[in-house]
Amino acid sequence: MDEADPLFRMEGVSKRYGGVRALDGANLTVVPGRIHGILGENGAGKSTLIKIMAGVVAADTGRMTLNGSEVSFASPAAANQAGIVCIFQELSLIPELSVADNICISDPPTRCGMIDRRAQRRMAEEALGRAGADDIHPLALVKDLPLSRRQMVEIAKALARQPRILILDEATSALTASDVTRVFTVLKRLRAEGLALLYISHRMHEIAELADECTVFRNGKNVATYQAGTKTDNEVVEMMIGREYSHIFPPKLAAVDGGKPVLEVRKLSWMDRLRDISLAVRPGEVIGLGGLDGQGQRELLLALFGVLRGCSGEILIDGKAVSIASPSFAKSDKIGMALIPEDRKTEGLMLPMTVRENLSFAALDRVSHGLVIDTAAESKLIDEVIQLLGIRTAGTGIPVGALSGGNQQKVVIAKWLMNQPRIILLNDPTRGIDVGTKQEIYQLLRKLAAAGAAILFYSTDYDELIGCCDRVLVLYDGAVKRELVGAEITERALIASALNIQGAEAGLQPAIGA
Amino acid sequence: MKEWRFWFAEQRGTLLAIGIFLVMFTIYLTNHPAIANSGYNVATLSNIAQTAANKGVLLAFVAMAQSLVVITAGIDLSVGMTFTLTNCLASWIVVGSPLQTAGGVLGVLAVGALCGAINGAIVIFGRLQPIVTTIATGAIYFGIALALRPFPGGSVNGDLADLLTGKIFDVFPASLVVLAGVVVVVWIPFSRSVTGRGAYAVGSSDLAAYMSGVPVRRAKFVAYTLSGLLASIGGLFLTFFTYTGEAALASGNTYTLFSIAAVVLGGVSLFGGKGSAIGAIFGALAFRTIGDLLFVFNFDPLWQPLFQGVVLMIAVSLGAFGLFRVRNRLEWFG
Repeated sequence: MDEADPLFRMEGVSKRYGGVRALDGANLTVVPGRIHGILGENGAGKSTLIKIMAGVVAADTGRMTLNGSEVSFASPAAANQAGIVCIFQELSLIPELSVADNICISDPPTRCGMIDRRAQRRMAEEALGRAGADDIHPLALVKDLPLSRRQMVEIAKALARQPRILILDEATSALTASDVTRVFTVLKRLRAEGLALLYISHRMHEIAELADECTVFRNGKNVATYQAGTKTDNEVVEMMIGREYSHIFPPKLAAVDGGKPVLEVRKLSWMDRLRDISLAVRPGEVIGLGGLDGQGQRELLLALFGVLRGCSGEILIDGKAVSIASPSFAKSDKIGMALIPEDRKTEGLMLPMTVRENLSFAALDRVSHGLVIDTAAESKLIDEVIQLLGIRTAGTGIPVGALSGGNQQKVVIAKWLMNQPRIILLNDPTRGIDVGTKQEIYQLLRKLAAAGAAILFYSTDYDELIGCCDRVLVLYDGAVKRELVGAEITERALIASALNIQGAEAGLQPAIGA
Repeated sequence: MKEWRFWFAEQRGTLLAIGIFLVMFTIYLTNHPAIANSGYNVATLSNIAQTAANKGVLLAFVAMAQSLVVITAGIDLSVGMTFTLTNCLASWIVVGSPLQTAGGVLGVLAVGALCGAINGAIVIFGRLQPIVTTIATGAIYFGIALALRPFPGGSVNGDLADLLTGKIFDVFPASLVVLAGVVVVVWIPFSRSVTGRGAYAVGSSDLAAYMSGVPVRRAKFVAYTLSGLLASIGGLFLTFFTYTGEAALASGNTYTLFSIAAVVLGGVSLFGGKGSAIGAIFGALAFRTIGDLLFVFNFDPLWQPLFQGVVLMIAVSLGAFGLFRVRNRLEWFG
């Protein structure tokens, strides 16, 4: 085994966001001329790790050394200067500028203080060539390119910075198969040139093809590092499992049989983000949406709620085909749908406005006569729902922004419950809130289901899916890959199907339904 | 795709503004009474051009100033007041011997740049929204202007004023030559510098700009400072035209609002990151021509605001067609 000197080392690095421990004493050693795969399920701390490496966030404790001397990066620019370049999952391109402008953004060639466009174009062409993306014109505006081309530009941009350590965070998620092949060739060449590469991916076969060694993260810690090829997929999944079960879930109801589905979806597709999705939800059922982040779960909920245009396929409510053209139609009595959004700060709440105003916004037509709001009826309804959810607030007249995160999330849920929806869509409603509030939300979901609501519940937390859901649909690449029912819903099955491991399915129970 | 198509895509807003201006100015020219009387000859054309230029350059400078801030996705509601303040200041100090006058001009430009720099510093370091910041600083600048000139008055170096508002070789309007000079000396170096590109980057996506290691603060600061500088050139020219300084609230506010209209007409996106100061100049000239059109068609001047509004509405609507292609309704609000 070649024992090259480590180029970069991370020791005991920890990071907390509020009460959530994202990274807990993590260690990592990066060696030049190797591709290092990083594995871990949602929330295992991978993104925090690379954000710290790339200077986007600062670590709370721990040290980083580069070439043996201690370093810390105040900004992404500082990390770039030191030779650490990251290709982020969320693209860092500037849409209104041209490809060449973007590739040379941080350090363009200049002549007499002005950007030398010709030299810049040459640099951009060279970088695009190195990334295997000669088909992209350097003068095209980034906003006019499709997502897969943008991702190639992102890779070219990273290469133009002459990195010593290149971090790829899900960099191939939007690429076409032929692009992936080309990018892999490039990455292997870079490895031969002596670069250190960190490769983060959920696609096991990519890791298997590329990585020289792998590190598995779990609960913010690095739990294992092994040479590529020494572990089977099942062993890797085993290492990723093992989150602490700290939540208490309410008991599930006996399966509701024979009920007619209140919401049914047939072959729903939207652009290339949703592919032929079919599902049915009966009253009293809690259906989970599983899978890795960004496999189309969010788009599915938005499509059902009437936000996306140009969807194909059928949506049936009570067995009748409807076309839901806007959120206001989706929430009307005819449909009776509610969407609890994931980003409560922008999509769910108006932070500076009061608790009362926020609560009654979606239900104003219920408490008003004509154009006038009946404040007595409004107060009564609000008191009821505050009681129901146990929202801890110093009164209904204070701004929502002053409440704790958990209570804010309860306000979002309460706001939609005031409409007495029959179909409730939840988009990762427990992200970033404390365990106590989570428990209350789980109990509420069960209570609502028992009262006859049909619930579609997307969560990035596998425990929640296991603890709350009657059935889980696992999405991969915009399509439903597996349906897990009842006792089949285990962490192992969820992770294996989320990673779309074919081989692993042999060891699992066969899928029921589709 | 051919090279020119990329160039065209990048410059579309600016070219559209030039087009709108050319169409309107041609209509204006062909219906002008002086042309009707004496036909097309150099003297008549140059007279018409001079009048139009002198009317147009004031708004053109203020619109340029506005465009720099708008490109960074901000908005400057104090440009009109910087313009008024520098006008009042110029009526005090741009006088006397050539040397004193030159010093006065430099002083005026420095004060303009300072006004912009203050806006920039508050927006960047105070992390306040540009709109509130500039409402406040605008009121302060106007207060200073009022202290300088409680009543209209003062004077300006007449030789310089006549030189810059007259004609060069009896043909070219001098004010247009100065405008072109400012474009060459201020705008082109800025737009092609690393800092200028940073301003576009910040306006288009400040998060991506930061992640890419763009000098975000420097770009914004320089944009605001240059904006103040350009507004003060406008203020100087106002003094050259009127020979006085006047702290007129209505005029300051009008210039601020018209500069925003001109910028939009000139293809600069209020969302930031798109457009150019050259587009803003043509937007301003086109906006001014609307008023002139009413004159040649003998409309009642009372119709001018209405007519200006309609033209602006139509021009702005052209940019909204893209919304029909949006597939995710949430993007309408982005």
